[in-house]
Amino acid sequence: MLIKTKNKNDIMSSEITDPEVFKQRREFIKQSGQFALAAAGTLATPQILSAGSLPSPASARAKIDGVIKGPFSTDQKPNKYKDITNYCNFYEFGTGKRDPAANAHTLKTSPWQVAIEGEVEKPGVYNLEDILKPHTLEERIYRFRCVEAWSMVVPWVGFPLSDLIKRFNPTSKAKYVEFTTLHDPENMPGQRRRILNWPYTEGLRMDEAMNPLTMMVVGLYGEVLPNQNGAPLRLIVPWKYGFKSIKSIAKIRFTETQPATAWNTSAPREYGFYSNVNPAVSHPRWTQSKERVLGSGFFAKKVKTQIYNGYGEQVAGLYAGMDLRKFY
Amino acid sequence: MSWLIKPVIFLLCLVPLGFFSFDIYSENLSADPIKDATLFTGEWTLRFLLITLAITPLRRFTGWSRVLRLRRMLGLYAFFYAFLHFLVWFWLDRELQLGDVIEDILKRPYITVGFSAFVMLIPLAVTSNKFSIRRLKQRWQKLHKLVYLISGLGVLHFLWLVKADVQEPIIYGVILIILLGMRAWWDRQARAAASI
Repeated sequence: MLIKTKNKNDIMSSEITDPEVFKQRREFIKQSGQFALAAAGTLATPQILSAGSLPSPASARAKIDGVIKGPFSTDQKPNKYKDITNYCNFYEFGTGKRDPAANAHTLKTSPWQVAIEGEVEKPGVYNLEDILKPHTLEERIYRFRCVEAWSMVVPWVGFPLSDLIKRFNPTSKAKYVEFTTLHDPENMPGQRRRILNWPYTEGLRMDEAMNPLTMMVVGLYGEVLPNQNGAPLRLIVPWKYGFKSIKSIAKIRFTETQPATAWNTSAPREYGFYSNVNPAVSHPRWTQSKERVLGSGFFAKKVKTQIYNGYGEQVAGLYAGMDLRKFY
Repeated sequence: MSWLIKPVIFLLCLVPLGFFSFDIYSENLSADPIKDATLFTGEWTLRFLLITLAITPLRRFTGWSRVLRLRRMLGLYAFFYAFLHFLVWFWLDRELQLGDVIEDILKRPYITVGFSAFVMLIPLAVTSNKFSIRRLKQRWQKLHKLVYLISGLGVLHFLWLVKADVQEPIIYGVILIILLGMRAWWDRQARAAASI
């Protein structure tokens, strides 16, 4: 990795970096290096780190090499990078849509570990590099439907969750998978107020987790995932409302019983465990029959929401015989 | 100099709209500008309602009675931002679909109260002139007390629509309770004094 710095002989005292800032910068350099290696093996140069300005990971965009085209991509046009990275629900960094982009640079994505727990033969705490190492990264362009009735089209980079799960040999008792985000109020300012039950948790039924559509994501637009979008590792379940796709995963636990999930615990009547995209089942406070496709300005037309966000062919079978009004 | 106050305040009240227009022009809005416009107009409606309600206490505390002359204009600005809020919702968000709008008003409590508050603002805006004051006499005072209810419904509308973070609507609610609480307190004192 090439890091360009100013090369001056005369140093004015005003130019000497505060030790705290220096430490943070070391941390950042370490983290971009480690993560990039883990994610892709080879890597293009990150943004220039010039002396005198504190680099923010949010602005350091690093390309991931060796990404192949994955299956299931929509031919719809992806939203702009700027829109995807500046319109986020990540309450750990504030409840405004732009708060995560402004605040998530404090998230320390390296070193990062993921605990694998519960009904599994190979539990343990693994370094992110070891979690990612065997997987080939692929790009998949998925529709993303938020429970707030807007949607985007996003080119994710990642790999199937099923490939990850198989490596750890879940036992026959593993009926569900629970995911937990980092709990770190110091670096996640939103966690200092009890807006939700921190840390954020989400869950899937085992067959949902094993579905080939379900992804572990590490990148966006061929680059390392920005913090505000859930770096370094997040879930994407494209047929469910966006909040199911938990960000910044620190723990994966296999359970026999249905895990408690953050939004379901917060407002059970409004957010079910399944939360499959379904135009026929309204949120108690707004309709889900239409969605606003973001990115086309003030006169963006709404479009009809599709059952399972249009992925019914792959997932409708998972819910055969279930009353979708009851299991919303 | 005092003749300047009114036109200056008039222009100041347009500053938020100016900033928002500049954000539109410089493409500085989020990926969902309709939501931005909804929030912007809604928040400023509430703020202007609270500012209008703060005028009477301000006069009592400072003894500055000329401030009362600003109250009508501030109230009309509350209506102005409320009208924009309604327009953004009806036109951009609901795309002029009357059926959807009626369903929203009937089925979604936060819209029911928000829409009711807006409808109640209309007669206040229409009668905010000298002619109506003279014509309606005592009834004018009564009618314009509706603003207490309207403000309460406005805060409730905000409180009921947020997903989890109630901090901002709670702040508006607390300010409103203080502003109305002071009036209730003064009323009681006045009545107690009268009965002696």
